Amino acid sequence: MDATVKKELSATAVNIRKHALEAVYSAKSGHPGGSLSIADVLAYLYFKEMNIDPKNPKWDERDRFVLSKGHCAPALYSALALKGYFPIDEIKHFRSLGHMLQGHPDMKGVPGVDMSTGSLGQGISAACGIALSAKLSDKSYRTYTILGDGELEEGQVWEAAMFAAQYKLDNLCAYVDNNGLQIDGNIEDVMSPLPIPGKFKEFGWNVIEINGHDLDEIEMAYSQAKTVKGKPTVIVAHSVKGKGVSFMENKAEWHGTAPNDEQYALALKELDDALAKLEVE
Amino acid sequence: MADVKKIATRDSYGDALVEFGAVYQDILVLDADLSTATKTAKFKKKFPDRHINCGIAECNMMSVAAGLASTGKIVFASSFAMFAAGRAFEQVRNSIGYPHLNVKIGATHAGLSVGEDGATHQCCEDIGLMCTIPGMVIINPADDIEARAAVEAAIKYNGPVYLRFGRLPVSVINDKPDYHFEIGRGIELASGKDVTIIATGLMVPEALKAKEILAAEGINARIVNIHTIKPIDREIIAKAAKETGAIVTAEEHNIIGGLGSAVCEVVAEECPVPVVRVGVEDAFGKSGTATAVLEYYGLTAENIAKKAKKAISLKK
Repeated sequence: MDATVKKELSATAVNIRKHALEAVYSAKSGHPGGSLSIADVLAYLYFKEMNIDPKNPKWDERDRFVLSKGHCAPALYSALALKGYFPIDEIKHFRSLGHMLQGHPDMKGVPGVDMSTGSLGQGISAACGIALSAKLSDKSYRTYTILGDGELEEGQVWEAAMFAAQYKLDNLCAYVDNNGLQIDGNIEDVMSPLPIPGKFKEFGWNVIEINGHDLDEIEMAYSQAKTVKGKPTVIVAHSVKGKGVSFMENKAEWHGTAPNDEQYALALKELDDALAKLEVE
Repeated sequence: MADVKKIATRDSYGDALVEFGAVYQDILVLDADLSTATKTAKFKKKFPDRHINCGIAECNMMSVAAGLASTGKIVFASSFAMFAAGRAFEQVRNSIGYPHLNVKIGATHAGLSVGEDGATHQCCEDIGLMCTIPGMVIINPADDIEARAAVEAAIKYNGPVYLRFGRLPVSVINDKPDYHFEIGRGIELASGKDVTIIATGLMVPEALKAKEILAAEGINARIVNIHTIKPIDREIIAKAAKETGAIVTAEEHNIIGGLGSAVCEVVAEECPVPVVRVGVEDAFGKSGTATAVLEYYGLTAENIAKKAKKAISLKK
């Protein structure tokens, strides 16, 4: 990846993290851990990969994105606002009655949200429907979806995995944010979905394993996915829950807890430092 | 009413899909490995590229339907009522209902008249489940003509619709030149002043028979067909309460959460009069021939007539 582009995307990822935390802090509720772990891939998708137009969010030919792990809406909303779908000021009204940013993505109320999600396992199925529609109508748009690794415990995910392979949805690219933690602890202790790549492979998918915080690897994976015909692709991304805020990293308790004043200030400082460091690089 | 033509509404559903599939190119039909039973196989034969078999995975099917609808398709998602409304309830609620997507749920084998398959496949809870989803339209047609009209109306309506069809061939009663179907509009099939029988689905012909039984005893019953359970026709129900002073409801569904409950809600709010409900009295079904099972649970003209007299006796 071009160094300038990479630097810009890295800064965007940090800004997504900052605003995601702002959302959760303002609402005094929400899901910071998993929002932070998908900031890099969202920066890549919304600012490099996807063929979209924030001025025309319902554009028929646009690439679609479904946040199957809908609880990480703070990161999605931040990416959408930064991309220009709606004013960034909305972020501070996250989860607030009378404002548009619901606790989980609402396609009816938020420009840029392609599918309402939140109940785990359903987003990937909806993404299959969207991808299938492109096949049936001979449209060239691609469909992207992000799942959590804990979400793989939902049986519906594997119904969708069979469906996508059956209908050869090579225009669908799923991404599993494999941060290893869910609310109740380590995914392996709660109900292990491991090994993730092997399972998808057996279900007939093209599988790519990457580091979910490495933009070069993210780009390589999405580029490779486009070359694979006849089967859907899943990118299994090893990631760090709470990535970018030292005291939130790899801690299940940050799955669904809002930072207090002091923690928020500390987190912002770390993220601002990261931005400053990018500037001097 | 001797020698009337009998057609199962699931067949009407399949036929209507074929008919309107030719007109509306955006119609897609999804099924969950039951296409020969739900009769979507008829559509598949005519439009193989627009029929998507989702396999035995109803939850995925409902969310796939939502995704397809989000791109502008008119999607029919078909399975037995038990699995469409029951198993996949939460997908219907969250993937389809919450974003108010243009998905039509074609639920066949509803009620007790599945017969031999027994309680696991008989569904007398689906209307109740679907009624609780905001914005969901629920249509329970009485015969072939109404079922086809319901499919057409569902296509023209933009939003989620639950269509309830049966396996048992039922008498065609709506073959009249002035028959008109409108979502949310009940139909007065016969006038009367002593009591009103409000029926839905296959209980409508039974209600008409009950009218004859009551007439022999000098009771003049009004008959109202409510094909749309939600949004319900408040006007026709309130008018019946006011003018006849007593109501009997008849449905192939649990009396809790179905037509009976919906009518009671309207009557209590608009014009309180006695209402007696005929339906499945909070029980699971049993195996048997469809007619034997319907009779066992009291879903007959005779029982409606009996309950009509009870309703009249409760008048103040």
